[in-house]
Amino acid sequence: MPRIGAFVCWCGTNIAGTVDIEQVVQAVSEMSGIVYVKDYQYMCSEVGQNLVKTAIKEWQLERVIIASCSPRMHENTFRKAAKAAGLNPYLVEVANIREHCSWVHKNKEEATKKAIALIRAAVAKASLNTELIAKEIDVENRALVIGGGIAGIQTALDIAEAGYQVDVIEKSPSIGGKMAQIDKTFPTLDCSACILTPKMVDVASHPNINLYTYSEIESVNGFVGNFEVTIKQKARSVNLEKCTGCGICTEKCPSRKSKSEFDEGLRTRGAIYTPFPQAVPNVPVIDREHCLKFNTGKCGICEKLCPAGAIEFGQEDVLVTKKYGAVVVATGFDIIDLDKFGEYQYQNHPDVLTSLEFERLTNAAGPTAGKFIRPSNNKRPEKVVFIQCVGSRDVSSRGKSYCSKICCMYTAKQAMLIKDKYPDIEVYVFYIDVRTPGKNFDEFQRRAVEEYGVNYIKGMVGKIFPAGDKLIVHGVDSFTGDTLKIEADMVVLAAAAQAKPDAEVLGRKLAISTDTNNFFTEAHPKLRPVETHSAGIYLAGACQGPKDIPETVAQAGAAAAKVIGLLSKRKLVSNPCVSVVNEDLCNGCLSCLKICPYDAIAAKELATNNHGITSKRIVAKVNEALCQGCGGCTVACRPGAIDLKGFTNKQITAEVDALCH
Amino acid sequence: MSLKLEEKAISSKQQFEPLIVAFCCNWCSYAGADLAGTSRLNYPANIKIIKVPCSCRVSPNFVLRAFQRGADGVIIAGCHPGDCHYSTGNYFTRRRFTLFANLLEYVGIEREKFKIEWISAAEGNKFATVMNEMLDSINKLGPSRKLRDGRWIRQQ
Amino acid sequence: MIRVKITPNNKQSQLQYIREISGVNINKCIQCTKCSAGCPASARMDILPHEIIRLLQLGQVEKIFHSKSIWNCASCFVCTERCPRNIDIARLIEAIRLTIIRQPGKSKFKPDDVPGIIDDKMPQQVLVSGFRKYNR
Repeated sequence: MPRIGAFVCWCGTNIAGTVDIEQVVQAVSEMSGIVYVKDYQYMCSEVGQNLVKTAIKEWQLERVIIASCSPRMHENTFRKAAKAAGLNPYLVEVANIREHCSWVHKNKEEATKKAIALIRAAVAKASLNTELIAKEIDVENRALVIGGGIAGIQTALDIAEAGYQVDVIEKSPSIGGKMAQIDKTFPTLDCSACILTPKMVDVASHPNINLYTYSEIESVNGFVGNFEVTIKQKARSVNLEKCTGCGICTEKCPSRKSKSEFDEGLRTRGAIYTPFPQAVPNVPVIDREHCLKFNTGKCGICEKLCPAGAIEFGQEDVLVTKKYGAVVVATGFDIIDLDKFGEYQYQNHPDVLTSLEFERLTNAAGPTAGKFIRPSNNKRPEKVVFIQCVGSRDVSSRGKSYCSKICCMYTAKQAMLIKDKYPDIEVYVFYIDVRTPGKNFDEFQRRAVEEYGVNYIKGMVGKIFPAGDKLIVHGVDSFTGDTLKIEADMVVLAAAAQAKPDAEVLGRKLAISTDTNNFFTEAHPKLRPVETHSAGIYLAGACQGPKDIPETVAQAGAAAAKVIGLLSKRKLVSNPCVSVVNEDLCNGCLSCLKICPYDAIAAKELATNNHGITSKRIVAKVNEALCQGCGGCTVACRPGAIDLKGFTNKQITAEVDALCH
Repeated sequence: MSLKLEEKAISSKQQFEPLIVAFCCNWCSYAGADLAGTSRLNYPANIKIIKVPCSCRVSPNFVLRAFQRGADGVIIAGCHPGDCHYSTGNYFTRRRFTLFANLLEYVGIEREKFKIEWISAAEGNKFATVMNEMLDSINKLGPSRKLRDGRWIRQQ
Repeated sequence: MIRVKITPNNKQSQLQYIREISGVNINKCIQCTKCSAGCPASARMDILPHEIIRLLQLGQVEKIFHSKSIWNCASCFVCTERCPRNIDIARLIEAIRLTIIRQPGKSKFKPDDVPGIIDDKMPQQVLVSGFRKYNR
C-alpha cells in the first residue's frame, strides 16, 4: 500500500459550511494507506500549496488526495505543486467535495457522509495510480480563422502581427461581414466603412495572412497543435489572379433579377457581381443559379468583355487540406426571420424594415445613395416608428429568450441619425426597457431623448394596420395606460440577433459545443471567455453571444493572444492518459481498431519465440501521439487486453467498490 | 456481532436510503454536475459521481460491479449524441447499453434502476432534474437485491 | 394620494386562489404591454391587461374586482398568443372572473334579470350556459 496524504479544503465556508471538516478528517485518517491528513481554509492558495509540498517531502508521500473543488478547476494547480515537490503529477487525485457535494446538499450530516465516500473513492483510485509521463507533440506554426467579419479580421491581424501565418476563411465572396453593412457606429457616430475598410485592406495585403473567400470548412481532424482542416473553395468562376476588378462584367451582365445580399434585398444585382465596391478581394463572383450561361448555355457576355480573360465558366470546387496549430471561430450572427411576427406586417409592407435594412437605406453607398426615402413610394417619411425587442426576451416559440444586447443602442443611433438630418421627422421608439450599459452608452441614449427629442414610449406595439399609404401603429404607453395610435410612414423592427443557422453543423465538425440558442459555448463563463472546451479552438465575436463592435474587437484580441501563446510553444505536452495494449492478452481481433475515432490503433506483427520455434501473430498497437484517451477501445476489447492509463479497469472498479462501501 | 448486523439490516429496511452510482463523462455531464453545483441546484446526496473520460469508457462490468456491491441504481451520463468530445464515443455507449439494459431487465433489474442520460456541460438544471427523478423512481421500487453480493450489508 | 400596502393581508387567499386556478406565474411578466396593445377590447377597459397583471403582482386584488375590464375581456386569446413571456393572460382573467362569481352571493347572473334581457333572437343555450357559469 502506498503512503497516501490527504488534504481537505474548507474553501472558506463553501465546503466547511455544509461539510463537517473535523469529522471528515477523522474518517479519512482511518482509511487504509492514509499516513497524513491536513485541513486548511484555502488549499489552492500559496500557503495551501506549500502545505502539500512540505508534506510530500516530510512524510515521503507517494500519493496525494486533495478534497476540494472540481478537478476541472484546480487539478492542474495541485499537479504542479506535486511536481514541484518531486512527485509525479499523475499521482494526485482530486475528490470533488464542493460542486458535487457541499454546494448541492443542504443537510450537513448527509453532505459530510457523501464527502467521506467521495474521498474514499479517490483514495481507492489513487492507491492504484501509476506514474505517467507526458509526451511532447509538435505545434504547427499556423492559425486558422473562420469568418471574415470584424472579429475574424481583428484576430487575423493580431496573430499575423505577432509573426505567425494566418489563414482566414470567409463564406461569402468578400470579407467585411455585418460591420461593412452598417452605416454609422455608436456611440461616436463615426462611419463604419471608414474604420473597417482600412483593416480589410490590411488583411489582404499582410504578408502573413492568406485569404480564402467564398470558401467553407469541409472537415476538421486532429487536435490542438495539429489540426488538419479541409477547406472547400467554391467555384468563383472568375480567376482571382487574372481579374483586375475593373467591373465591366458586373455592369454589363444582362441578368438583373437577383437581390443583393449585401443591400439586404433592397436592390438587385447582376448574376456576376461584387458584393460592394470596397470588397476584399475586389473580384466578382458568378451566381450560377441566376447566370444565363449556366442556365441556358447562351450569353457569356462577361467572358467576351473581360479584358483580362479572367472569366472561367469551367471552374470547379477545390478542396484544400492544410495543417493548423490553432483555430479561431469568428462566424458572427444573423438576425431572426420575422415570418412568425405577422402583426408587424414585415412580410406584407415594403415600409416595414429590419434595422439592418434601415442601415442600408441610410447609407451613403446604399441603394438610395443615402437619401432617406420610403421604399414604397420614394417619398420622404414624416413619422418613423422604431420597435425594439422584436423576438428578443421572448420565451415563446416565436423568439429568443435572451436580450440581444445591441438593439437599444443601435435604435437610439438610428433615431438620432434621422433627427440629425431631418429634424422635422417625428421619431417614436417603443421599448420594454432601455438597456445601455457601456462606456458613454447611456449618455448617448439620453442625448437622443434630450437633445434630439426622440419620443421614447415604454410599451409594445400590438398591431400595425396598413391604411392607404400609411401604417397605423397601435401601441400602449405603459406609464399612463393610454392606448396610442400613430400614423407612421415607416416602421423599423429591431429584430433579435441569433446564432448563424449553420453554427451547430460547424460546431460538430470542430467538436465544440453550442448552447440552447446555438451560440458556441466558452470553456468558462467568467474565467475562460474565449476558449472552447476543445483545446486549441477559440471564439471571437458574436458567434459566442450577441456583442457590439468594441466587445467583439476586444474578444478578437483576446483570442489572438491565446493563439499566439499556443503557437509560441514549439512543443506541447500531450495527455499521458492514453490506451495501452497488453500484448500477451491481445488476440489480434482488432475490434478496437474499428472503434477508434482517431485511427490511433494499428495492427502490429509480433514475432514470438517458443522453444526455438518462431511464430508470428497480430496484435494491436496504440499510437500514443494520436490517442486522445477516450477509452472506447477498452470496452470493445474482448480479451480485456487494452486498458486506459489513468482510468484503468482496476481503478474504476476500485472507485465503484469504495462508493458502495 | 451478528445481532448488531441484524439490527442494522432492520433499521435500513425502515429507512431506505438508496445508493446511486453515476458515471459522468468528463467533458459534458461532469461539467454539467459542476454547473449544478455552481448554480446551487439541489439533488439528493445519494448520488455519487465517478468521473470517466468519455461515457464510452464505461464498461458493462462496472455497472454489474456496482449492482453487485450494493448500488440501487446506476446512471451513465454523457454528451448529447453528436456532441461527443471524442466525436463518436457516445454512439458506442448508446449502442452498447441499449443492449445491456435489455439484459439487465431480463435478469430482473428494473428499467428505472439503470439509465443512460445525455447531459451537456450547460445543462446543470437537467442534471439535477434527472438525478431527482432517478431517486424518486428508485425510492418507489425499493432496494435492489438482484445481482447483489449476499454478504453485503447496507451502511447507514 | 392613498398609500397602498402591497398585498393586503385580507386579500392573500383570493390572490392565491387566482394563482391556483389559473396556473399562471404572474412574476414572469416584464410589463412589455404587448397584451394591452393588441387587445381588441381595450377601448372598453378601465384597467388594461398589463395593468391587471401589475396590480396582481402588487396584490391589489380589490381594484381588479371593481374594474369593468375583466367583464369586457372577450377571451379572444390575442394577448396569450402574442405574450413574449408565455403568460396565459386570457386564462388569468378568466380565473379572476371565476374567483368573483364563486364568492357566496356574487352570482353575476340572476334569474330576476332574465325577463329584461330576453328577446326572440336569443338562443336558449345562451341562457343555460350563462346560468351554469355565472350563477352559483
